Amino acid sequence: MPRILKILFFLVIVRPVVLVVLGLNIRNLQKLPRTGPAVIAANHNSHLDTMVLMSLYPLAMIHKVRPVAAADYFLKNKWLAWFSLNVIGIIPLTRGGHVKREDLFVDCHKALDKGDILIIFPEGTRGEPEQQAKPKKGLFYLVKDRTDTAITPVIMYGLGRALPRGEALFVPFVCDVVIGDPMSVAADSDAFVAQLTDTFAQLRQQCVTGTSIN
Amino acid sequence: MLLKHIPDNSLHAMLGVIALLVVASLIQFVLRLRRPEKDYTELHQRITSWWWMIGLLFIFLVSGRNPAIVFFGFISFLALKEFVSIVPTRQADRNVVFWAYLSIPVQYYWVATAWYGMFIIFIPVYMFLFIPMRMVLKGETEGFIKSAGVLHWSVMLTVFSVSHVAYLLVLPVKNSFAGGVGLVLYLLFMTQFNDISQYTWGKLFGKHKIIPKVSPKKTWEGFVGGLVTITVVAGFVAPLLTPLTRLEGFVAGVIISASGFIGDVVISSVKRDLHIKDSGTLIPGHGGILDRLDSLMYTAPLFFHYIYYLHY
Repeated sequence: MPRILKILFFLVIVRPVVLVVLGLNIRNLQKLPRTGPAVIAANHNSHLDTMVLMSLYPLAMIHKVRPVAAADYFLKNKWLAWFSLNVIGIIPLTRGGHVKREDLFVDCHKALDKGDILIIFPEGTRGEPEQQAKPKKGLFYLVKDRTDTAITPVIMYGLGRALPRGEALFVPFVCDVVIGDPMSVAADSDAFVAQLTDTFAQLRQQCVTGTSIN
Repeated sequence: MLLKHIPDNSLHAMLGVIALLVVASLIQFVLRLRRPEKDYTELHQRITSWWWMIGLLFIFLVSGRNPAIVFFGFISFLALKEFVSIVPTRQADRNVVFWAYLSIPVQYYWVATAWYGMFIIFIPVYMFLFIPMRMVLKGETEGFIKSAGVLHWSVMLTVFSVSHVAYLLVLPVKNSFAGGVGLVLYLLFMTQFNDISQYTWGKLFGKHKIIPKVSPKKTWEGFVGGLVTITVVAGFVAPLLTPLTRLEGFVAGVIISASGFIGDVVISSVKRDLHIKDSGTLIPGHGGILDRLDSLMYTAPLFFHYIYYLHY
């Protein structure tokens, strides 16, 4: 049942909005991981980020694509929680650091063991429109002991103009999606953060759409 | 019969265009068989995209006047979206861009109701005055002049100019063998065929560059070759598809060829300024929608007002 809901939601609402109303300039679609376990690490500026990334996948495998999302935000009331868990299929994650690291990722590891593809936003929050924040280290601890899971970096640009945080008005803009090569994970968390920041900056160079001037 | 309401000459013109596409596809097929070692991906993509673009256009043209007007409105939407996405805009301009989008249904409503006076002033006057006013309400003065200019320019090119194509459909019928559809086919065919002939002449004989700083591949030989070709073709086709006489058709050919070239290099300059090669990836083998509409944004209003002055 949830799988049908998910397919319907993406077919009827998300795809028309993402592909027709917004429009995407996609670079290197062939580099997107097709089989799990895999992790997509993307920059985060808008709720649309998740929708765009999931729209890149065929409807038949959309149930394998699982966004990792903040529990405090997406489970805050029972309607949003039902929608997030059943229609989008998020893996809730507790933010704020008061949970032990090994407990934090239990659900993520379970999903990866099942061969799912996780969407993770290492910045941890949408932040200011079109500004990139420093990636957090959580992703490093998730994958450091997993030899089976590659990280594919993805940069998206323009969605922070279309629907930034705190705005209800949706304005169509064409968005860039640039997919990078799978990364090998650095030895320690600081090196990993530096590596990810570098990769994102390189992918950003391939975007077509305009730089917003603030 | 489904196509009965399409006047004879327009129907024949459409069949002629489809025949040209079939020939292009066959040539491409033979090329690939003959020289399998060469990469024809881009040629293949281009021709496939032509099939899509012409197929969609014809489906909406034969579906009736209003579906065709909606179709051109949708083209304006895609073009405006691409334009405001590649040019730098301020975060504060989001709301203004939203209003710019709203101008599309309004402008095409004037077209559908054939309200010429409103159609011709709505964007140059009312939107021109409204855009800065909406920006003032937002209150962000840093970069104000630039933004106001960019936004009005984008609406003029992608909505005002393109809507002239749609208005051809609602002009009174002066050539009953062609109707409004005939005018649209004439303009679109001459504009696109001009692009192709300038390119081909340039490839074959191009030596002297016209504007190397903007477009290093544009040559005088290509420009003049295209101009002569289109002038001749436009002159002979004009009495069939438009109210123009043959002589007036020759002049229409000169207008379309010369202004098509200018539209092309204007959009090239925009892309140069932004350091991008294509305006998007919407149309495989062609680039973005602006890469395809660039000449039309100049030819449409100029051709429209030329025939409007002479015959309406």
